[in-house]
Amino acid sequence: MQRHAPYPQIEHTDPSDQTRKDFTSDQEVRWCPGCGDYSILAQVQRILPSFGIPREKYVFVSGIGCSSRFPYYMQTYGIHSIHGRAPAIATGIKSVSPELSVWVITGDGDGLSIGGNHFLHVMRRNVDIKMLMFNNQIYGLTKGQYSPTSPLGKKAKSTPMGSVDYPVDPVSIALGSGATFVARTLDVNVKHLQAVLARAAAHKGTAFVEIYQNCNIFNDGAFVQLTDKDTKSDQTVELEHGKPLRFGKKLEKGITFDAQLRPSVVDAADVDESTLYVHDEGSEISALMLSRLKSPDFPRPIGVFRAVERPSYDGMLEDQVKQAQKGSRPTVQELLDDGAWTVE
Amino acid sequence: MSKAVETVSTVAIRFAGDSGDGMQLTGTQFTDTTALAGNDLATFPDFPAEIRAPAGTLAGVSGFQINFSSAAVFTPGDAPDVLIAMNPAALRANLGDLKQGGMLILNTEAFNKKNLQRAGYGANPADDGSLKNYKVFQADITGMTLKSIEELKLNNRAAVRCKNFFALGLVYWLYNRSMEHTVEWVRQKFGEGELAEANLRALKAGYNFGETTELFDHNYEVEKAPIAAGRYRNIAGNEALGLGLLAAAELSGLELFLGTYPITPASDILHFLARFRNLGVKTFQAEDEIAAVCAALGAAYAGSLAITTTSGPGVALKAEAIGLGVMLELPLVICNVQRAGPSTGMPTKTEQADLLQALYGRNGECPLPVIAARSPGDAFYAAIEACRIAVKHMIPVMLLTDGFIANSAEPWAVPDMSSLDPIEVSFRTDPTGFAPYSRDDRLARPWALPGVPGLEHRIGGLEKENISGNISYDPQNHELMCKLRAERVQRVADELPPTEVFGDDSGDLLVLGWGCTFGAIRGGVEAMRERGHKVSHVHLRHLSPLPNDLGEILRRFDRVLLPELNLGQLVKLIRERYLVDAKSYPKIQGQPFKESEIVEAIKAQLEAH
Repeated sequence: MQRHAPYPQIEHTDPSDQTRKDFTSDQEVRWCPGCGDYSILAQVQRILPSFGIPREKYVFVSGIGCSSRFPYYMQTYGIHSIHGRAPAIATGIKSVSPELSVWVITGDGDGLSIGGNHFLHVMRRNVDIKMLMFNNQIYGLTKGQYSPTSPLGKKAKSTPMGSVDYPVDPVSIALGSGATFVARTLDVNVKHLQAVLARAAAHKGTAFVEIYQNCNIFNDGAFVQLTDKDTKSDQTVELEHGKPLRFGKKLEKGITFDAQLRPSVVDAADVDESTLYVHDEGSEISALMLSRLKSPDFPRPIGVFRAVERPSYDGMLEDQVKQAQKGSRPTVQELLDDGAWTVE
Repeated sequence: MSKAVETVSTVAIRFAGDSGDGMQLTGTQFTDTTALAGNDLATFPDFPAEIRAPAGTLAGVSGFQINFSSAAVFTPGDAPDVLIAMNPAALRANLGDLKQGGMLILNTEAFNKKNLQRAGYGANPADDGSLKNYKVFQADITGMTLKSIEELKLNNRAAVRCKNFFALGLVYWLYNRSMEHTVEWVRQKFGEGELAEANLRALKAGYNFGETTELFDHNYEVEKAPIAAGRYRNIAGNEALGLGLLAAAELSGLELFLGTYPITPASDILHFLARFRNLGVKTFQAEDEIAAVCAALGAAYAGSLAITTTSGPGVALKAEAIGLGVMLELPLVICNVQRAGPSTGMPTKTEQADLLQALYGRNGECPLPVIAARSPGDAFYAAIEACRIAVKHMIPVMLLTDGFIANSAEPWAVPDMSSLDPIEVSFRTDPTGFAPYSRDDRLARPWALPGVPGLEHRIGGLEKENISGNISYDPQNHELMCKLRAERVQRVADELPPTEVFGDDSGDLLVLGWGCTFGAIRGGVEAMRERGHKVSHVHLRHLSPLPNDLGEILRRFDRVLLPELNLGQLVKLIRERYLVDAKSYPKIQGQPFKESEIVEAIKAQLEAH
């Protein structure tokens, strides 16, 4: 909606000639050398100019953690806020300025431990924001404690005998919270990362992207099975809408679900192609099932689990205002005068 | 033949019954009618802790007190002159407050064995002589209500519920009030159906009962108070605060955003503002207190007049985010409708014990302006003032009210919007020489909205370099920034009007107060001045920064007395800041001060002299 004075009347810049450089701030990047965050930053800076949105309309909001340094490196608007609360701040921004492109940068600790509540509710409301969760299965900034996505038995500084709590899966939680766009990708799979970011940016509503990200200091190699060239084709399966689930070096394996919805890995040559599960981004139930596929029995799905359209919180809020403003609008003076009487 | 009328100057009535008996409605109707009749008045609704406690129990007693007069009224009244007890529990819970010799109206139908037991009475107090010090009037309110509407086809449950209108009618007769306002109200609320008819018949039956029964040989008249000419309305504090926020939005031209989470006794502000989407108001019921304030911060960043409303426990949860707001230097108003603490405390009871939390309840050196409303109507002006400071100084402001202010009501001179000063807002648009933490004369940084080309910048909770806003761990810079943030608050004082002293400019005793103690203190001080004592009253709106002239005022009095509904919080600041031997008068019972308590405390101070 058009804002009136005292709000400034804005002429936006032409986004067509924006480049990566326009999105790079003058601040020195201070992640550890070799950190997976560098790749994610580079891909975001590369891909953002292509979305046709003027730079000044981007806002990056983060919480606390290594990943949450991200906004400082973007030559956009940004808030480096407090631990876990970025989704709530982003909700406030988007609620009053729906024309902005609001991105939340979070991590597995920031988003799922201290900020778990906001994570759930921003998805449930379908606020039109993009959320990138850098999942490295460890607390990096506080120097190496296990996180809510660390596997059971994780030995870390705070768990010398191994952790005794079970991990959560971010994709499953996002889906369970009703997220309308849910995807998973990897820091080093540059092309896949860029493609998923582009899909997320185009989505209207909460777009959640889990990015497996290597912490080479405190949790090196957590995802090596999924990224190493010798193992990745057996350990990951790429989700593509309308296509059967096949993986392996020569796509020789496939995944089926039986009548009880139990998954199996099959030799693709042994079965009729039509028995393989065909991915459907519109299906909530199959997205939830796919999010439960775990090693060692199954490859880890990457790609878009779910993409559906549903009115966003900010959109519906704006609609309510427009709807209400069609009717009669009292002045504040009229509200003050309500029920008043005169003393002569 | 009509009965004799006795003229009295001031009366306090308390309606008390089960939480389902409609006592709040009865009280509100009597209040509106009394205001229309031209009396000055103040009210105090006392809600039970439970929404629907078991019927007839002490826990379920709901009360509403109104004090009305032909003279100026400052408080809801100390001890009621009249108590209407709809059941034994209501009697038991309230009798201790009733004036000796006061009038007691009992609904006999409810004084049955079961209800007496539930209230903990062995025998009916109406029969055992224990009420001999009161003027007891026993009336079968329920029975007469049912009789008055027996021709209507209401089921028993609905019919019994009309009994509060019978009681209201009886009290209308007792104080010579017109039923017209309530008749109109019932017609508007219930239309023309059976329910409207039943309530109206019960109302009139109550009135007629008063006139015809031999129980009462006369009724009372409270003449008009000398109220200045003008437009008046009744206002409760939460509504006044909501209206103040709407007014601030209009005065600034900013869009209003409320991020909040339901909490007693603040939720009514959300309910009120949620009705005004047509004025562009966006209310956000967040998942928790933290999300509520964070969303408000986000909205402030994006240019809204951003508010979060809560009570003490919510402020505790919001503390870290308020600290972020102080660091980000964004305008934000945090409204704390205080209630009795600590922890969950007594949510429906009032207290002023969050002052030190407001001033200091955050990590690090984290000052912010704190202001307080003094009465229901004053919450309107306090809300505007909080917004004005927040926007002008680019700073989070804490606005304190409390459960007493929130729920009690008073007649209020309706403000004229055109007489209120606009709130100046300037958004930065020029990229030339822009730095996010550059400063104006008030040391405020520019408000640079996302979406404006050339002003792209990052802010955050990490310490930042002055002017540039870049992250900085430089020791000297940190000290500079801490001092700057304190100085930013202090500069608010430079624009405050001189502090108003009620009474003489100097004297034997100054009673210093803040917040909801205003009425009791003003009434008490006035009473003592009428008796010739040299007592004055200063009531603070601004608690941080304190007014620049306060120290000098304090020194003009031999003694300073500071009544507060806590164990002595402001008094600590006053003693520390001004080295004045201010005496604390603390009360922490979940109830406001009585005027008589203030009078006694003043006497004690003067006698000790």
